[in-house]
Amino acid sequence: MISNGLFGMLVFVLTEAMLFAGFISAFTIVKASAPIWPPPDQPRLPIEATAFNTVMLMISGALILVAHRAFRRGDREAMRRPLWAALGFGTFFILFQGFEWLQLIAEGLTMTSSTLGGFFYVIVGIHALHAIGALILLGYACIRLERGFLSPSLFGAAEVLWLFVVGVWPFVYGVVYL
Amino acid sequence: MAESIPHEVDPAHGDHHHEDQGFVSKYLLSTDHKIIAMQYMFTGMLMAVIGGFMSYVFRMQLAFPGESVPLWGIVTPANYNALITNHGTIMIFWVAMPVLIAAFGNYLIPLMVGADDMVFPKLNRLSYQIFLISALVLLSSYLVEGGGFGGAWTSYPPLSAKSQYNLTPAGASLWLLAVALEFVAFLLGGINFITTAMNSRAPGMKLYDIPMVIWMIVIASILFMVSVGPLIAGAIMLFFDQTIGTAFFDPNRGGDPILWQHLFWFFGHPEVYVVLLPAVGITAEIITVFARKKLFAYKTVLHTAVGTGVLSFTVWAHHQFIAGIDPRMAHIFTLTTLLISIPIAEMMFVYIATLYGGSIRLATPMLWALAFIGEFLIGGVTGIFLGASGADVYFHDTYFVLAHFHYTFYPIAIIGTFAGVSYWFPKMFGRMMNETLGKIHFWGSIISFNFIFIPLFVLGTAGQHRRIFDFQNFPALATPELQQLRILATMSLVVMLGFQFVWVYNFINSMFRGPKAGKNPWKANTLEWSADSPPPHGNWPELPTVYRPPYEYSHPDREEDYWPQHLPN
Repeated sequence: MISNGLFGMLVFVLTEAMLFAGFISAFTIVKASAPIWPPPDQPRLPIEATAFNTVMLMISGALILVAHRAFRRGDREAMRRPLWAALGFGTFFILFQGFEWLQLIAEGLTMTSSTLGGFFYVIVGIHALHAIGALILLGYACIRLERGFLSPSLFGAAEVLWLFVVGVWPFVYGVVYL
Repeated sequence: MAESIPHEVDPAHGDHHHEDQGFVSKYLLSTDHKIIAMQYMFTGMLMAVIGGFMSYVFRMQLAFPGESVPLWGIVTPANYNALITNHGTIMIFWVAMPVLIAAFGNYLIPLMVGADDMVFPKLNRLSYQIFLISALVLLSSYLVEGGGFGGAWTSYPPLSAKSQYNLTPAGASLWLLAVALEFVAFLLGGINFITTAMNSRAPGMKLYDIPMVIWMIVIASILFMVSVGPLIAGAIMLFFDQTIGTAFFDPNRGGDPILWQHLFWFFGHPEVYVVLLPAVGITAEIITVFARKKLFAYKTVLHTAVGTGVLSFTVWAHHQFIAGIDPRMAHIFTLTTLLISIPIAEMMFVYIATLYGGSIRLATPMLWALAFIGEFLIGGVTGIFLGASGADVYFHDTYFVLAHFHYTFYPIAIIGTFAGVSYWFPKMFGRMMNETLGKIHFWGSIISFNFIFIPLFVLGTAGQHRRIFDFQNFPALATPELQQLRILATMSLVVMLGFQFVWVYNFINSMFRGPKAGKNPWKANTLEWSADSPPPHGNWPELPTVYRPPYEYSHPDREEDYWPQHLPN
C-alpha cells in the first residue's frame, strides 16, 4: 500500500502534468500557426547554455534516485550526501535560469514583446515555481533526515515532486528552446 | 511503509480534546470533515440564493423589458450582462461543485468508508478557507468600478481579454482570480477525497464493497484533477492578457482566440460529468434503500462511470462547431459526443432495472431521486440534437442550448442536492424532516421547473438567441406570442423560487424541532447509518469492520429486509 503523503502527491503531480500539457500544446499551436518562427526581431534563446543547465538538473534527478535506494535499504547515513547534493544541483539550476532571464530581459525579450516572450516566461516561470516549491520540500526532507525523523511519506512526496520537476523539463526544453 | 497507515494525522488533530472548544474553533477553524462539509454546504446554499436572485432579475427584464424589477430597479444592459455571467459562474462553480462534490464528499467519504476523518484534515480546512475567499472575491467584483464581469461565464477572448470590449476591467480580472482560487480549493479537496477513499477504508471493505456514491465522487474528483490543468494554464494566460497586455489570445499580435475555447472546453465538458456523477451516485443510494432492492449490476455501473469519464475528454469541441474548426474534425467530435450518450443511457436503464419489482416507498428522497432520472433524461435526449454538428449549426447559442443544459444542471445541482440533503438530513442533524412539507416543496419545484424551461425550448427553436438584453430590436422575436412564452417562463421561475421558502422553513424547523431520527431511520445498509446521528468527532467510538457489499436488501437468507455492512451476520 502507498503512504498517504506519496499518494496525495501522485494525484497532485497528475494535475500538474496536465497543466504543463495545456501550456505546451497551446504554445505548439501558436508556434505552428505563425508564418515565421521564431519572430525575426526577437533575441534567440540560449540553447547551449540551457543544455548545460539541463544536464545539471538531470544529475540532481539521478542523485535523488540514489538517495531513494539508500532509503529503501534503511541506510540513512548513505542517503545524506546524495540528498544534499540533489538539493544543491537543483538550486544551481534555478539560479542559472534566473541569470538567463536577466540577460534575456536586457536583450529585449519580455512578456509583452511577442508571443514567444509571453510563452517563454510563463512556461519557464511556472516550471521554476514548481522547482522552488519542490526544493523547499526537499530541503525540509534534508532537515528531517539530519534530525533522524524522515518519514517514508515525506520523502516519497518530496521525491515524486522533484522527479516531476526534473522529468517535465526535457519537454519544456524541447518545445520552448529547440 | 505500513507504519504510516491508516491514519497519518498530525498530533494536533489526533487528540480528542474537542468538547470544550469555543464557537470559532469548533465551527470556523475545525478540521473535522463533517463541520467542513457543513461549511461547504451552507456557503453553497447561500451562493445558490444569490445566483437564484440574479436569474430572477434578468428573467424579469426579459419578460417585462425596461420596467423596474422589484428588489432591484431598472436593469441596464451592463447589469444584464453581469447578472447572466455571474449567474452561470455561481451556479456551476459556487453551488454545484461545493455542494455536490465538496459537501457530500467531505461528509460521506469518511463515514461511508469507515474512517474517523479525512487523511489530510488541515489540507481540508485550507481547502474551505480558500473556497470562502474565492466566493468573497467573486462577490466583491460587484463593488469595483465597472461592476461585475459581463463577458459570459465562458469568458471568451477578445471580449474577456480587452476592457474596451467588456467595459469591466476590474470585474474581469477579479472573476478570473476567483475562479482560479476556487480551483485551488477543489484541487486540495480532490487530493483528500481520492487518498481517503483509497487508503482509509475500514478493514474488510474491498474495492467492490465501496458504496456507489463514494465511487462516483472519487471518479468525479479524478476527472476534475485531470481536466483542470489546461484551464488553469488558459486562465493564467488570460489574466496576463488582461493585466499586463501579453498577446496569447490577441490575433493581431500572433495570438489565437480559439485557443482559449479549446482550453476552456477541455475542462468544461468533463466538468459536466464532474457534477453529474455524484448526483448519479446519490440517486443509486436512495433508490436501493427505497426500493428495498440490490443495485442492479453494481460493477457495470462502476465500469460505465469510468468509461464515461474517459470518453468525456474526447468531446469538448462540440461546443465549437461554429467557431471555424475543420468540418472533418467536427465529424469526429459528433461521433464521440453521440457515443457518450450510450453509457449514460445504460446507467438510466440500470436504475430502472433496480426499481423493477422493488417494494417502492415514495418518501421525499425517493421522489427527488426518481425526478432526477426522469428530468435528466430530457436533458440527455435534447443534447443529442446539439451533439450532431449538422443540427447544432442552427441550434448553436439559442435558447434551445440554454434549456438543454438547464435540463441537465437543474437535475444535477438542484434535484440531486435536495435528494441528498433530504436523505442524509437525519444523519447530519439527528432529526427527521417533515414529509408533508417535503412533498409540497417537491411537487411545487418540479412542476414549475418544467414550466420554466419547456417554453425556452420552444423559443430556442423559434430562433431566439442567448445573451440578448432586449428582444424589441428584433422584429421576428418581438412578437406577442413569443413574449407570452417569456412571461410564462419568468412567472414559473417566481413560483419555483417561492416554493423554496417551504424548504427553508422545513429545513430550519426540522433541524431544531423535528422528531429524533435514531441511528438508522431508513433501514439502510451503508456504514454511515451505524454511527450516532449526528456522528461525534471521530465518528465511531471504535471504527467499524465491513463484512459484505453495500446493497444487500431483501436477502433471502435473512429475516429483515436489510443487512448492514458492519454486522458480522
